[in-house]
Amino acid sequence: MGSRIRIIGLRATALHGGAALAALAQPRAPLSPTNIFAPVSTPSQWIIELSRLVLMVTGAIFIVVFTLLAYAVVKFRKRRASDVREPAQVYGSTQLELAWTVIPILIVVVLFLATARVIADIQGAVRPSNAIEVTVIGHQFWWEYRYPSLKVVTANELHIPVSDPTHPTPTFLTLLSADTDHSFWVPRLAGKTDLIPNHPNLMWVDPHETGLYLGQCAQYCGTQHAMMLLRVYVQTRDEFNRWIQQQSRPAQFNGAVSEGQRIFERTACINCHAVAGTAANGTFGPDLTHLMSRDTIASGAVTNTPENLRRWIQDPGVIKPGCKMPAMGLSGPEVNALTQFLETLH
Amino acid sequence: MYGLIAAESAIFTIFVVAYIFYLGKSLTGPQPQNVLRIPIFSTICLLSSSLTIHFAVRSLNSGGVRAFARWWILTIALGAAFLAGTLLEWRHLIFEEGLTIRTNLFGTTYYSLVGLHAFHVTVGLVALTTAAAFTFLGYIGRQHAERVKVLSMYWHFVDGVWVVVFTVVYVIGR
Amino acid sequence: MAAESIALPPSDASPPPLVERLHQWVTTVDHKRLGIMYIIYALIFLIVGGVEATIMRIQLIRPHNDFVSPQVFNRMFTMHGTTMIFFVAMPILFGFANYLIPLMIGARDMAFPRLNAFSFWMTAFGGLLLYFSFLGGDGLYGAGNAPDVGWFAYAPLTAQTFSRGHSTDFWILSLLVSGVGSIGVAINIVATVLCMRCRGMTLGKMPLLPWLNLVMAGLVILAVSPLTAAQLMLLVDRYLGGHFFDTQAGGSAVMWMHFFWVFGHPEVYILVLPAFAFASEIIPVFSRKAIFGYPIMVAATIAIGFISMSVWAHHMFTVGMSAPGNTFFVLTTMAIAVPTGIKIFNWLATMWGGQIHFRTPMLFCIAFLFQFLIAGLTGIMLGSAPFDWHLGNSYFVIAHFHYVIVGGILFTLFGAFYYWFPKMSGRMYNETLGKLHFWLFFIGFHLTFDFMHVPGLLGMPRRIYTYEPGRGWDIWNLIVTIGVFFQAAGVLVFIGNLLWSLRRGPVSGSDPWDAWTLEWSTTSPPPAYNFASLPQVRSRRPLWDLKHPDDPDWQYE
Repeated sequence: MGSRIRIIGLRATALHGGAALAALAQPRAPLSPTNIFAPVSTPSQWIIELSRLVLMVTGAIFIVVFTLLAYAVVKFRKRRASDVREPAQVYGSTQLELAWTVIPILIVVVLFLATARVIADIQGAVRPSNAIEVTVIGHQFWWEYRYPSLKVVTANELHIPVSDPTHPTPTFLTLLSADTDHSFWVPRLAGKTDLIPNHPNLMWVDPHETGLYLGQCAQYCGTQHAMMLLRVYVQTRDEFNRWIQQQSRPAQFNGAVSEGQRIFERTACINCHAVAGTAANGTFGPDLTHLMSRDTIASGAVTNTPENLRRWIQDPGVIKPGCKMPAMGLSGPEVNALTQFLETLH
Repeated sequence: MYGLIAAESAIFTIFVVAYIFYLGKSLTGPQPQNVLRIPIFSTICLLSSSLTIHFAVRSLNSGGVRAFARWWILTIALGAAFLAGTLLEWRHLIFEEGLTIRTNLFGTTYYSLVGLHAFHVTVGLVALTTAAAFTFLGYIGRQHAERVKVLSMYWHFVDGVWVVVFTVVYVIGR
Repeated sequence: MAAESIALPPSDASPPPLVERLHQWVTTVDHKRLGIMYIIYALIFLIVGGVEATIMRIQLIRPHNDFVSPQVFNRMFTMHGTTMIFFVAMPILFGFANYLIPLMIGARDMAFPRLNAFSFWMTAFGGLLLYFSFLGGDGLYGAGNAPDVGWFAYAPLTAQTFSRGHSTDFWILSLLVSGVGSIGVAINIVATVLCMRCRGMTLGKMPLLPWLNLVMAGLVILAVSPLTAAQLMLLVDRYLGGHFFDTQAGGSAVMWMHFFWVFGHPEVYILVLPAFAFASEIIPVFSRKAIFGYPIMVAATIAIGFISMSVWAHHMFTVGMSAPGNTFFVLTTMAIAVPTGIKIFNWLATMWGGQIHFRTPMLFCIAFLFQFLIAGLTGIMLGSAPFDWHLGNSYFVIAHFHYVIVGGILFTLFGAFYYWFPKMSGRMYNETLGKLHFWLFFIGFHLTFDFMHVPGLLGMPRRIYTYEPGRGWDIWNLIVTIGVFFQAAGVLVFIGNLLWSLRRGPVSGSDPWDAWTLEWSTTSPPPAYNFASLPQVRSRRPLWDLKHPDDPDWQYE
């Protein structure tokens, strides 16, 4: 909803003269794909509306106090070196001290009430019956997505339908973790919420514009925390339904790659990975059934090209040092065959 | 000593909070109500040792070094009896009930909390015994009443902690 | 009321051999020497922590840089945070407290001199233990080495499953050991301030520095203990098979966070209250006016102490607490802004109508006022939980807390260094070099930490060893890194100035600043016994009374 977002340049100077910040609030051509001031989903929008109030208030406080401080430093500086008289000693003033206690208290009350309202709105949102439900499971260092009612399991690239503000179809995400703490942060969609083992969390998004939205894990989870990237594809209803149908199919095989398939099934790959329709049903690593439907591999680290796939399988540590997938010690021809097999998993 | 007591109280508070939070959350293994037996005898020993140490300090204040020594030794004996009781209880829990620190959440929090307290009792007993040794070597006199009082404050603190631990573990938690 | 020192006749004997002098320092229980040892120890670790930060910033100067590996980077941010908080900030503030409190309250030493020495050596040993991890931490698969779990070591990353080897154990043990030292110092400060003030100095006539350190000490006693408890629990988990934070057995990772932040939040007030103390002593002297509103300053400090124990979960807004839970912590967090803001106004009012002398200590304190204002305001932004759902765990938070710790605390620390250096060493530092240090550091600080807010607003999370191009973060990271070199230059000038002035600086005399508290009534440096005869005071500024017998403070207080 572009019309609801106004340029907040003036408020942004609360950060002491950040004229550059005025440029931040441009939803149509964002300075950054992860700019928090370019919300496209209700939770993010509510946060930014609240932030306008907070920035206005803190900005005003800053201007007032900064001016007083600057004035004092200039006006009351020692002027003549010969001036050795001490100035009048003032020990306090009850009225003044009362004023600058009461006024901050009032400001705090206002900010608190505005904040409490937004917390209640976001955390108290009721799940409508037509909401899409996704279970997100954080792993070291990739994202697992399950759509329980649609019977789809995928990894690393989340697809959700766009939501019409007049007839919202939000997506509710249940956040779990298989190992350490993670955090799901796609700034244009919502504030971040952590994925903590044994502590399920719930968040929701209702993006109003289709497109690809980026983010990444925002809670330190180990060596490759930095490359646990998020890609959320917001699609039209039709596109989303088509995607779901495609993801629901088991893997389609091609006799020409049976050598690669044989390597896949005989090596330890199937211990960690799953490919629907084969013997592979490991859950430690991402589901590969529709690997070729993804734009990237290694949780967004590199684009999904045959060359990158080959490099990844040969030695994941070259792309993501410290990740949990080991180099399997395969020979060149073996890697090639395996790659060709994986290339058929659409 | 008040400062030290404040700091130690904060440490115990955290262990008590963890204990209370995890009540009823153990997924498997023995549960408190099934295996815990109320340690009446040990508790009486420990709490009355607060009384005896109070009398000891009072004696030393009025110069009765011999009376002081008697009450002091009695305190040590009662403290040792408490520790013995704890050990017996633990032996029962470990070997007969199969509850160790790694069995489940109850085991972890129970042994940590009661163990932390027992450790403080042990340290206290070491300090008290050292003072007793000095007494028998003739070094303690009326002029040391103030210092002995500080030591007795630590002992009262340890007893006070036991009241809390006892209530939380054996009364509320079962 | 005379508080002059007896000038001892110069000794004819040659100075004792080096071994003898070192032995005196190692076995000392004199609060002044221990204070200086704390300060020197902390300065060394400041350099080390600064090197760690520089390594990180070089790695982040551009996307997909490969200056260091992710494993090394993760150790850097863990060690940088742990070092700066526990082995720089705390020791240096304890050092100043140790040095100044007895002098300011007219006592000969701290209440428990041997406990004082013990506490120092515990802290010192803790730091060495932490750094020994670089050598001795190897575990399975070479997965050991220095800790890399972040300075707040969230569970279950610290479980044996995810942190093999001993790196995490070094983190735990070194902090346990130095924690004992911290509690020792705190007990000492409380006892000293409550029991050893000179005649006439009621609590209401005590200078603000001992007051603020008293509240700080109370916080240490109450706050460091939860960290100790949590670390003991973590050791039980790692070595005795316990399940405190073992989520597979029903344990709670969130509980570690609660216990850690119950320590972690008061900890930052432990760091900032002494910084306020320095500002409260320096600003009046260089404005030539008494501190404005002393009673309110004390009341605000006590209020901050209390409220700071109730705000901890604002570090956990993203964890999934309930709406009422989040709301409660928003309330307490915003509430603490009130007494803190009051202090800024009081310092402003102290300068107002005064006669400001722009010497180096005052330059740092003036910068502190502007910077602490900004830091407080970004803190309010973070305290608004929904806004924190974006800003938390991002570079905005890193910018905020460095604004407080560097822009607030380190700046006042530098001010304190220059202010009390003449007292501690007997010599005056070089003012030109002092101003050079100030400007270099000021420029560097603002280059780094002003612009660091921006990547946070553009979605950059913290603790990442590299980042993607095309997110709009590149230019800001570059500017941030450039600022580091200005700061480094400033610190080098500072150390050079200290070392040079120690040898060649002009003799400063006992009261170079024409100040008003008791430490300036004795020689520079003070003799071992501090005062020839213990002073007796009638007001908060005993030396003002002496210098202005026609207009003494006690007529107005």
